[in-house]
Amino acid sequence: MRGRNLLALGSLALLGAVAVKATAPSSVQEEVILEDRLPRAISEFGFFADPASQLPARDVVPYRLNTPLYSDGADKLRFIYVPQGAQLEADGEGLLQFPIGTALIKTFAFGEGDARRLIETRVMLLRADGWIALPYRWNDDQSDARLVVAGGRLPITTPSGEEISYRIPNKNQCKECHGLNGEVIPLGPKARNLSHEWLEGMVSKARLDRMPGVHDTMPLWEERARADLDDTARAYLDVNCAHCHRPGATASNSGLDLRWEQEDPGAIGIMKRPVAAGRGACGLLYSIVPGDPERSILLYRLDSIEPGVAMPELGKGTIDQDGVTIVRRWIKEMN
Amino acid sequence: MRKLGGAALIAAIAIANPALAETHTIVPGKGAQERLQEALILAEPGDEIVLEAGRFELTDGLSLDVDSVTVRGAGMDETVLDFTNQQGAGEGLLVTSDFVTLRGFALENPKGDGIKSKGADAIVYHQIRVTWTGGPLSTNGAYGIYPVESTGVLVDSSMVEGASDAGIYVGQSRDITVQRSIVQYNVAGIEIENSRNAVVQENIATHNTGGVLVFDLPDLPVMGGGDVRVVRNLVTTNDVDNFAPPGNIVGGVLRGTGILVMANENVLISQNLLEDNETAQVMVVAYTQEFTDERYNPYPRNVVVQDNVYEGGGDKPQLPGAEQLLAALGGALPPVLWDGLQQGETPALLASEGTPAWSINLPQLGADPSQGSPTPYVAPVPEEAILEGPMGAPEELFKRIKG
Repeated sequence: MRGRNLLALGSLALLGAVAVKATAPSSVQEEVILEDRLPRAISEFGFFADPASQLPARDVVPYRLNTPLYSDGADKLRFIYVPQGAQLEADGEGLLQFPIGTALIKTFAFGEGDARRLIETRVMLLRADGWIALPYRWNDDQSDARLVVAGGRLPITTPSGEEISYRIPNKNQCKECHGLNGEVIPLGPKARNLSHEWLEGMVSKARLDRMPGVHDTMPLWEERARADLDDTARAYLDVNCAHCHRPGATASNSGLDLRWEQEDPGAIGIMKRPVAAGRGACGLLYSIVPGDPERSILLYRLDSIEPGVAMPELGKGTIDQDGVTIVRRWIKEMN
Repeated sequence: MRKLGGAALIAAIAIANPALAETHTIVPGKGAQERLQEALILAEPGDEIVLEAGRFELTDGLSLDVDSVTVRGAGMDETVLDFTNQQGAGEGLLVTSDFVTLRGFALENPKGDGIKSKGADAIVYHQIRVTWTGGPLSTNGAYGIYPVESTGVLVDSSMVEGASDAGIYVGQSRDITVQRSIVQYNVAGIEIENSRNAVVQENIATHNTGGVLVFDLPDLPVMGGGDVRVVRNLVTTNDVDNFAPPGNIVGGVLRGTGILVMANENVLISQNLLEDNETAQVMVVAYTQEFTDERYNPYPRNVVVQDNVYEGGGDKPQLPGAEQLLAALGGALPPVLWDGLQQGETPALLASEGTPAWSINLPQLGADPSQGSPTPYVAPVPEEAILEGPMGAPEELFKRIKG
């Protein structure tokens, strides 16, 4: 363990990377994950061997999602840390079951290559009394990120060239998406949205107890042109909308349930009247009118950037044109 | 059962009010967004967050998720949370924790809803004002004060102006009191929707499209609205053209509606002063649209209208064939309008003796008013009193507003 870390640090020094702070731990500090306090800096956890390059520390495993949440085109780097001597447990298609001491880490970055800037890292920590979600904002020299419980705003240029005021969520806003029946839960690492290869790799390293039984894997977003349209659209809606639009979550009172597994046409919005949409309905009568995307509230709100109309309500400063295209086609081709 | 609930509530409060409660004072000015939000996040149960007088310029919605916190301003005209430049979030303030007290401050021009409290039990709104300062515009947010999916709601001495849906909207909740508040220039002044055990009393609803609405709608997680007492309100001159964005259910509310009951069961409308509502002072109707929800009952049942005072009104109804109606019914429509639909033998409308009423006599659910054959109507007199005794928000909530 020690040897490998030294090796990693040595190679970084050769690359001329910014030196890791002398005080930063070189491996994950499990007690920082578990302690009942809010760590002020991301360096306290020791998740990264080199923060600026996002080189993970030992036992911090990168992963990706087949269909990710759109975040203004941010490059999102996801990692999971499973504590020593513990493992993940498969639980069908849904969320993996996590041992106490697990950390999920997601860094948001904009820009390519040398121009890449780390903006924020959101962490979810599974403590004895449940998950806690915390936002960290990176400093200018990209050496560390500090806790910003109240979130913040900063100007960003998105990959599509738009100048936006980017919102780092506050600690409560984390819960608006991650809340379910009064608890905070992870959203991404569901077996159906993880690659078979990654899951196999985790099983082979004994970090996951067995392969989850997954019948319907969500399609890879970048291969959407070839994938089944219904699967692609439903995966997109699940990942981008269903954290709120499902029973027990923030938008439960809307009656709209956009989960992947929901099969009732009315629940996913087909010919469903709005409840509390206000001007978000834009004069339209139904969430989804089959064959008629331009008369569908769901598409209208997805294709808006105006506060009070735009969906999702949080974490969106630009319209996801690719998502809009898929959902428009899906509604258009719906019988 | 309600007594048990009350006892449990008091026990919970005792636990949630530690002796070491702190006060955090926030002043307006630079960094108010972060300072206020941080205080809301780091507060401990029992703490009080004091908003000093002045104008807080905010760019993002605020949220509170800590139980038993009081947010106290210097008054609804003194402390203003100004959301005119709001860039994100669906409401000005979101509350998701229990036993919260909001008092003495205002929100102006939130981009979506004003204050939404969701799954926030035992919440008190006292001397809260939500205003869209541009007047009644369809671009205003939907709801001013918006408790939903909650048990125990008290809205007292508050004010909402300009909501493009309902000023004070309580949905999918129970044990509710909305009182002594002023709602004006909203589409609906006060709306109680899919909720049980609600009291709407001693409010002033004026210059809205419709004053007070009691609705039950299909396709919602919480169904079966009823037991609503609407008493001693002044519902006058609700004369604003409907400015709801099309597509919303309140978009169908006719200008000049006083108190409107749609679907629902056991509603008491009593001792109100209803004045100059030019379509109908009181309107009792079935749900007008198609629905597939098998849990849903579209008929009003047992709506009792008694001992109200009616002045003017009914003289400029927004109804098809208004001129003929006015001619046939003597120059002004009787104050109580029923669409003529009821579920079997269950009476939709009951009224005290001598209550002037008329029925559109619709042939069936969903029929257009032009298909009716309007006639004066004498509603049956209620055989027994309904909704007597204690109702609405738990006593503990009323005690809190004295503090």
